[in-house]
Amino acid sequence: MLTEQKIKELELRAEAVRETIVEMLTAAGSGHTAGPLGMADIFAALYFYILKHDPHNPGWEERDRLILSNGHIVPVRYAAMAHAGYFPVAECLTLRKFGSRLQGHPERLRLPGLETTSGPLGSGLSQAAGYAYGARMDDKKFRVYCAMSDGEQDAGNVWEAAMFAGNNKLSNLTAIVDRNNIQINGMTEHVMPLEHLRAKYEAFNWHVIEVDGHNIREFVDATEQAKAIYERPTVIIAHTIPGKGIKEIEFDYRWHGKPPSKEEAQKFLAELRTLKGKIASEHE
Amino acid sequence: MLNPAAKLNTETFSSQTPSLAATRDGFGKGLLELGEKDPRVLALCADLAESTRMLAFKEKYPERYIELGVAEQNLAAVASGLANYGKIPFIASYAAFSPGRNNEQIRTTISLNNVPVKIVGSHAGLSVGPDGATHQALEDIALMRVQPNMTVLSPCDEEEARKATLAAAAHDGPVYIRLAREKTPVMTTVESPFAIGRANLLWLGENPQVTIFATGPLVYQALQAAKELESEISVSVINIHTIKPLDTAAILAAAKNSGAVVTVEEHQIAGGLGSAVAEALAQAYPVPIEFVGVRDQFGQSGEPAELLAHYKLDTPAIKEAVKTVFARKLQ
Repeated sequence: MLTEQKIKELELRAEAVRETIVEMLTAAGSGHTAGPLGMADIFAALYFYILKHDPHNPGWEERDRLILSNGHIVPVRYAAMAHAGYFPVAECLTLRKFGSRLQGHPERLRLPGLETTSGPLGSGLSQAAGYAYGARMDDKKFRVYCAMSDGEQDAGNVWEAAMFAGNNKLSNLTAIVDRNNIQINGMTEHVMPLEHLRAKYEAFNWHVIEVDGHNIREFVDATEQAKAIYERPTVIIAHTIPGKGIKEIEFDYRWHGKPPSKEEAQKFLAELRTLKGKIASEHE
Repeated sequence: MLNPAAKLNTETFSSQTPSLAATRDGFGKGLLELGEKDPRVLALCADLAESTRMLAFKEKYPERYIELGVAEQNLAAVASGLANYGKIPFIASYAAFSPGRNNEQIRTTISLNNVPVKIVGSHAGLSVGPDGATHQALEDIALMRVQPNMTVLSPCDEEEARKATLAAAAHDGPVYIRLAREKTPVMTTVESPFAIGRANLLWLGENPQVTIFATGPLVYQALQAAKELESEISVSVINIHTIKPLDTAAILAAAKNSGAVVTVEEHQIAGGLGSAVAEALAQAYPVPIEFVGVRDQFGQSGEPAELLAHYKLDTPAIKEAVKTVFARKLQ
């Protein structure tokens, strides 16, 4: 059960994940900052509460599958996996380095537990739908989750997959859209407007839930609700703040694709360490 | 003479009316056999079940047929998910669209991910005919053979396409199978050997002066050329049904034996069989090579025979290439 105490624990997990993200990106000297920070609460909730998984047996057949479509935010996944016990947290500092299992964009065959290889945007939902379709053929009980970005919704492939999943009533599939409103060239509504995103998915026969992506209880409740919808796949549109947790990065699309410098990292880490649950309190 | 070990249909060459069937028909038969043999085999199609010959499978195993509609990017990536889960999906469309349109999805989600999706590109080559340039895939071998982990098969006739389909399913990794729309002579028999990566010697020239490496249905024209040149120039014909992994040992041995080479394909010379053979020989044993293939051009509407003649891929063109390379060798 999701007690207040559990939520507090998840918030602290999210904070630890954020700190690791800043550390690993700074060590890497390249990579994406805003997206991973914005998704830290959701990934903490997934890895420490929602997913059925076993960090010591990543190939467990009955595990829930989490497919990361927007591969560039993989630092949040690496950090969450490391804190969950898939590999030592110290290995996060090898991100993007030669010989590392932590490739700049995730490669399934390099690191157990990644599920897919991704980076080029728009095809994760297709893969998740294929996974869900196959699992349903065999009456498997696990769920398939697919995390996407909002900018990625520009890609036609996403809507091919949405049409397929809706048509096939893949109710064992839950998609999550990180609605942070930024992409590389600027705000999503300036680059290529996505709204009305909810209506678009509804028109493709999806059940749509919108949540505050930094409110862990709301997000967990949405994933529970998705399990109760049998006629349709569910998409959770999670409204997030890019760079969440560090004032200087929040809402600034220029932080989409760059890492903090060493000096910035010191300042940001100090800022993160003073939070202690402040992220959640803003939404209470 | 026909190589007895290849166990070819001898009537194909003696008769004026060889038995005809399309390589896509062989795929359809093979897929149906697989349906019976392996419950993991699925058929995924982008609105072309009849023309890609998935229809029989769809009718017999409807629960294992998945319709994608006209969405080739989704076709590839959904198949990746299914294969990742544990299925063996065959995905079929026209080669111009798959692997044409969905090349990146194949690269990232199938090849780099190294999952056993079997990509079936039908209606490849000029012999699609009247549909014209948009539908005549002439670059699909090139697109597929540059992807690590990918196996590339280009069967020469209906029976070989059936065997290639079975072999593709048994191979644990991504495979591309190139098929044609047109009915073409069926040369090979049930007894003819077929193994991925092993070239087959079909025509045995006595002390051969030239070796023809051919792929796809044009293997028939290559055999015709060898036969018609019999009294003039001794030629061997080797069927390269696997473009990747290339049977480099067989190619080198034949090149050393004959000292001159002609490649034959219904595909751009750039990046196709001709390139693959040239890459292999240039490194280990350079000999004169002539390429029979499409020369950096698009196709156009027309009857298959007209097009093969116009783009110089037919028997007379192959004979001409053999004579040219033979003359170069003697210089």
